[in-house]
Amino acid sequence: MKRGRAEGRTIKPRRNSERVASPAERAQITLTINGTRHTADVEVRKTLADFIREEAGLTGTHLGCEHGVCGACTIHLDGQAVRSCLMFAVQAQGAEITTVESLGTPERLHPLQEAFRDHHGLQCGFCTPGILMSTLAFLRESPHPSDEQIREVLSGNLCRCTGYQGIVAAVRDAARRMRGTA
Amino acid sequence: MKPAPFKYVAPESLDDAVALLRRHGQEGKILAGGQSLVPLLNMRLARPAVIIDLNRLRPLDYIKNGKDVRIGAMTRQRVAELSPLVRQKLPLLAEALRYVGHPQIRNRGTIGGSIAHADPSAELPAVLAALEGKVVLQNGRGTRTLGADAFFLTYLTTALQPDELLVEVRIPAHDHLGTAFLEVARRHGDYALVGVAAVVDWNGGRARDVRLTFTGVGGVPVRVAEAEAAATGRPLTDAVLAEVSRIVSAGLDPEADIHASAEYRKHVAGVLAERALRVAVTRAQRRERDTR
Ligand SMILES: Cc1cc2nc3c(=O)[nH]c(=O)nc-3n(C[C@H](O)[C@H](O)[C@H](O)COP(=O)(O)OP(=O)(O)OC[C@H]3O[C@@H](n4cnc5c(N)ncnc54)[C@H](O)[C@@H]3O)c2cc1C
Ligand code: FES
Ligand code: FES
Repeated sequence: MKRGRAEGRTIKPRRNSERVASPAERAQITLTINGTRHTADVEVRKTLADFIREEAGLTGTHLGCEHGVCGACTIHLDGQAVRSCLMFAVQAQGAEITTVESLGTPERLHPLQEAFRDHHGLQCGFCTPGILMSTLAFLRESPHPSDEQIREVLSGNLCRCTGYQGIVAAVRDAARRMRGTA
Repeated sequence: MKPAPFKYVAPESLDDAVALLRRHGQEGKILAGGQSLVPLLNMRLARPAVIIDLNRLRPLDYIKNGKDVRIGAMTRQRVAELSPLVRQKLPLLAEALRYVGHPQIRNRGTIGGSIAHADPSAELPAVLAALEGKVVLQNGRGTRTLGADAFFLTYLTTALQPDELLVEVRIPAHDHLGTAFLEVARRHGDYALVGVAAVVDWNGGRARDVRLTFTGVGGVPVRVAEAEAAATGRPLTDAVLAEVSRIVSAGLDPEADIHASAEYRKHVAGVLAERALRVAVTRAQRRERDTR
């Protein structure tokens, strides 16, 4: 007897776990990013990170892991540092978002960016936007940080290039510079 | 990366939230801070049909004083951590919160979400168990209040029914006790390999009551009664602490995983128990001196 492909095995359609595909639900949202209002019709499953990059075109916010671990996507939501990959854009309805693009311009860097440049706080730069946004929120709350506090806050952002020494030095120096300008 | 499609609702009142949960039952999933759920959605390990987002539910965001401090489920972990009331009345919770992920996680993550998620290596379930706190659950028919041992069932599993919402966490004020939370993790902000919450009622040079609750060594927070008994009613000398440490290591039965072997976890638990008791007693003694 020839061995048929379906021998002894019928493939049943899965019942409970498989839902009938339905068109993705959408919602109209309005939010502010770096002072500019954005109104858009988005799929409710779109993350805030994807909204910032794809709809608003602000690609400074990077996506590394998309599950909260690497910190590359860190932005400010109503002034607080959060992971933009762990929120949906619909949840930011009415919110004020700031991203790394709000910091400085190539001609006039933010003191935090200057400190990173001067201390080699970046190499490839992939982690840098998230690190800048994390440390900016941190330095506003703790203008006189200890090295231990700096290391503690940086533990929420992964960098695969620098070995962190330059980053710690940059944050330490940025605290000094920002105290001077504030 | 995108989650599978879902329907999205964001109730603004508790009644609406409860009604939505009742309607969507098994197919609905509550979204609180999203710091555990959204990773599961992004990786499509969870594919709920309906997301019920509680972030517009202001009435569940509060911290109220009392013999039991009552914390609304949607209170952000970071808000609780920085709350003067929590720092004064619930020092063990304030201390443990600093080990929960990173500030960027705690800015979104909620007190109720961490307890409801019931990760076996999470800090807050151990705090709730150590202080014999309670959770309040609500559905369309009413509310019920459960202690930690009735609430945490096993790994990531609680007594919450599909139509139930965790609305409040109640933690007894413990500013009169000596407490300490310590943990060992691979990196700061990671889940604990092992963590311990120590609670000591110190009186006249002895511990009148001792509680040692561990996280990371089983499916639910684990208390080691034999070690607690060995520390109770005695001055906590080096010899007594060494004995407690031995009993803890021998009494636990943790699992091995890629992060640590079972042997290592047992050893660390014993060491942490001893250290945490020392810190808790020192704090209790300081309090005694200050109030005299
Ligand atoms: C990088 C990273 C590091 C982390 N490190 C730690 C750590 O060290 N220790 C630790 O404990 N946690 C850690 N977490 C998890 C974090 O604490 C989460 O905030 C927490 O586990 C879940 O709370 P949430 O409010 O974010 O809930 P969500 O993620 O929204 O929900 C989690 C689960 O609980 C359910 N749920 C939430 N609220 C309710 C409610 N009120 N009633 C009924 N069900 C509810 C949801 O349906 C879901 O199943 C980490 C997370 C990340 C991303
Ligand atoms: S992309 Fe958001 S934390 Fe990694
Ligand atoms: S500079 Fe390359 S990852 Fe940090």
